[in-house]
Amino acid sequence: MSGAGTIRELRDSVASGARSALDICQSTFERIDALDPALHAFNTVTRERALRRAAAIDRDRAHWRDQPLVGVPVAIKDNLCTRGVRTTASSRMLESFVPPYDATAVARLEAAGAIVVGKTNCDEFAMGSSNENSAWGPVRNPWALDRIPGGSSGGSAAAVAAGITPLALGSDTGGSIRQPAAFCGIVGLKPTYGRVSRYGLLAFASSLDQIGPLTRRVADAALALTVIAGADAADATSLREPVPDYLASLTGDARGARIGVPRRLVDGGVEAEVGAALRKALDVLVARGASLVDVDLPHASAAIPVYYLVATAEASSNLARYDGVRYGSRAASDGGGDALRAMYARTRAQGFGAEVKRRIMLGTYVLSAGYYDAYYLKAQQVRTLIRRDYDEAFARADVVAMPTSPTAAFKLGERAADPLQMYLGDVFTVSANLAGLPAISVPCGLTSGGLPIGMQLTGRLFDEATILRVADAYERDAGWWRQSPPIHG
Amino acid sequence: MLAFAMPVGFTRAQVDAIAALAHLELDESEIDLFARQLGDILEYARQVQQIDTAGVPPTSGIAIGHDRDRPDEEQPSLDRGEALANAPDGAPDAGLFRVPRVIG
Repeated sequence: MSGAGTIRELRDSVASGARSALDICQSTFERIDALDPALHAFNTVTRERALRRAAAIDRDRAHWRDQPLVGVPVAIKDNLCTRGVRTTASSRMLESFVPPYDATAVARLEAAGAIVVGKTNCDEFAMGSSNENSAWGPVRNPWALDRIPGGSSGGSAAAVAAGITPLALGSDTGGSIRQPAAFCGIVGLKPTYGRVSRYGLLAFASSLDQIGPLTRRVADAALALTVIAGADAADATSLREPVPDYLASLTGDARGARIGVPRRLVDGGVEAEVGAALRKALDVLVARGASLVDVDLPHASAAIPVYYLVATAEASSNLARYDGVRYGSRAASDGGGDALRAMYARTRAQGFGAEVKRRIMLGTYVLSAGYYDAYYLKAQQVRTLIRRDYDEAFARADVVAMPTSPTAAFKLGERAADPLQMYLGDVFTVSANLAGLPAISVPCGLTSGGLPIGMQLTGRLFDEATILRVADAYERDAGWWRQSPPIHG
Repeated sequence: MLAFAMPVGFTRAQVDAIAALAHLELDESEIDLFARQLGDILEYARQVQQIDTAGVPPTSGIAIGHDRDRPDEEQPSLDRGEALANAPDGAPDAGLFRVPRVIG
């Protein structure tokens, strides 16, 4: 493959002077020009801003060369604020929104020498599992253009899989980093809740949202996490735990790691090729020094309804801010009567797409008087039981392994008419968000039709180091990252 | 209070009532669509009601290590012009967001 290369290759080549940041940046835009008309991974390309910044880094290489991401082009999901760069969350509501500040994760990448090359397409306000809910049209999967890339961080996953950038940021509320990473054959990491500041992330479900990296290689995800993690005074839920050097945790083996496999859950409903790929991957880990133990997650089957009750409740509250007053678009109102309330309702009708409206409606209902206890409170109680299941599993195991998704990437339009069918595909990813746990998806095979399959490894709170170590050990043996999709730069 | 007794299977009037709470103007086809889809989703979600949660506390968030207060110090805040720059109807000279008339 040519493509972007890895973060470390690019960083080292700029640090040593072998390549200029400007050259790397220009070749990134050449790949965007060549590939993005077919993929539609980008909502906005920040060409001039990026080239200026690359030239500035080249002029002052002595200052930048020790930075961990010097000259590395990155793509940023379009629900993360970028100062002076349009940030739409793939919604008509924010078609012309230009944030006056940077998300902390973006600011940290840039302080480490990274160069933002564009904002990636996603499901509107990160609500979706296929990227079909973007107001700007869907992203295509680089492995098969008639298939979805996954969602909601579909543009970020497609950009990395196609070799456009070695790193993209996504956000993950119920699987939105891990599932598109699995469908596009790359690595996606959702850190522990609070590990990465959410400041500047357009809020969807605040108790579940977390920002994380999408990369080709596990080591690159470890490096990116080391840069973006850590406490932030601007996010009261960000954790003060010290940030380890995650790269240093990659020993190349899985010795001593106890891998818990929830067989009842996994056997319950995955495509045959997905189940077979997981079994083979577990064999590789055993050969690398890990042991397998059975674990049970008895409430995992309730994770989907719990997730869709909790997440929509939080979304209905968070999205109340889009009312046509302080930012975003405003619909014309015909005056008379209650002109203000009519303006709100019309603005929201015109600004939001169908899935966002559906979730606001569902969330409003489950929070409303008379139904709160039966749905929202009940879901929060079962959320506690799901956390306890993991506590028990982690008494016996260090990592829990399962497929990231029960299927490979499906065709555009295949599930679009049936939201419930779409939601059921999130069965393996939502519980990590409900329990706040870190989880990574790493490529573990291809279907007979040539579509990527992902393995998900979930760890204890704060223990990104162990899932990264096990994923890296697996990746070194399995080498699926060497496979490139047909659409690749 | 929404005046309907059955939790699933929505009528158009019930969808209208939820939309009013959510400040969403729905057209006729959306009302029909959401009546059906919200009913389907909630029917599925009713399975959580079968789970025994007696004495189980709710989890509203994963709060870990947030036990320290920060010092209460003045920090720079967003510039007023920047804060107003994205407003669909801002009045930067007055430092205000304008809305449709609400009084008389």
